[in-house]
Amino acid sequence: MKAFLTGAWEFVVGDDWPTALGVVLALALTALCSSASIPSWWIMPVAVIGLLALSIARAAADRPGRR
Amino acid sequence: MSAGELGLALSVFLACAVEAVEALTIVLAVGTTRGWRSALAGVGAAMLALAAIVAALGPALTALPIDLLRVLVGGLLLIFGLQWLRKAILRAAGLKAKHDERETYAQERRAAQAAGRGGAGFDAYAFAISFKGVLLEGLEVAFIVLTFGANQHRIPLAAAAAAAAVLLVAAAGAAARAPLAKVPENLMKFAVGVMLTSFGMFWGAEGAGASWPGGDAALLAIIPGVLLAAIVMTRAVGRAQPPVAGGEIAAAPAEAREEATVRAWRA
Repeated sequence: MKAFLTGAWEFVVGDDWPTALGVVLALALTALCSSASIPSWWIMPVAVIGLLALSIARAAADRPGRR
Repeated sequence: MSAGELGLALSVFLACAVEAVEALTIVLAVGTTRGWRSALAGVGAAMLALAAIVAALGPALTALPIDLLRVLVGGLLLIFGLQWLRKAILRAAGLKAKHDERETYAQERRAAQAAGRGGAGFDAYAFAISFKGVLLEGLEVAFIVLTFGANQHRIPLAAAAAAAAVLLVAAAGAAARAPLAKVPENLMKFAVGVMLTSFGMFWGAEGAGASWPGGDAALLAIIPGVLLAAIVMTRAVGRAQPPVAGGEIAAAPAEAREEATVRAWRA
């Protein structure tokens, strides 16, 4: 069971948990704004571009031999 | 066919084709080294397992309330799509090695030759390696078929697109009798990443209660927007981080994830 759960976690979330967490938080913020009748369609595009840029920056910074 | 259905079919077809190319390399290496009977039995068993997963989970997903389904599917597609896109951007920028089917083929052949024979008849090694290769490569596709298909209540269309991709790759592999090294895998992964991210964002926001300007037509702006952002990031990171020797990030995060998944399920 532990192996299955670990495998499922690695399969869905992978090694980049900050991005997965960011997606969940962005969806929660969208739901919160929507429930308060605040226009919220723009939140996800901004969040997605930001999360992707941060994820790539982290991967690039992890390069071995980088000065 | 609506724009949504076209996006569904195209995304599933591309995702399945690229994963099928990788699975084909493993099966070819095992089949040519150890014999085809057990290798193909492993492929068949894995395909049955994948079909059973889709058949079992599909009805359960489509039974969910539409908003819950959209936020759940949108969120999962987005997490998946961002990972595909990140890998593709890093590869396109020269910061991560591209998948080399010839090298994978040679490695699998060496491993198959080194493994001992269990005796005449059924070859457990060939069966197990083919089964695991097809199952692990196919799980992501099954996930995409389920999420994309369930959200539009078109799982049969998604499954048909996946089957078409498998048949095409299998036919090409049978004709070539070699790994399909010339398939532009990274370009296909880039396209799949853009589609998964775009549809994930669209459905996730809708499920969370947002209303897109223009309704479904917003996808005509979202998809090119994500594509443009990904191209800009590829160029920016490529300029800022010149490739190291071999163009690979050692122990790259995405590869570490794949290896960890395999290790966990093999345990």
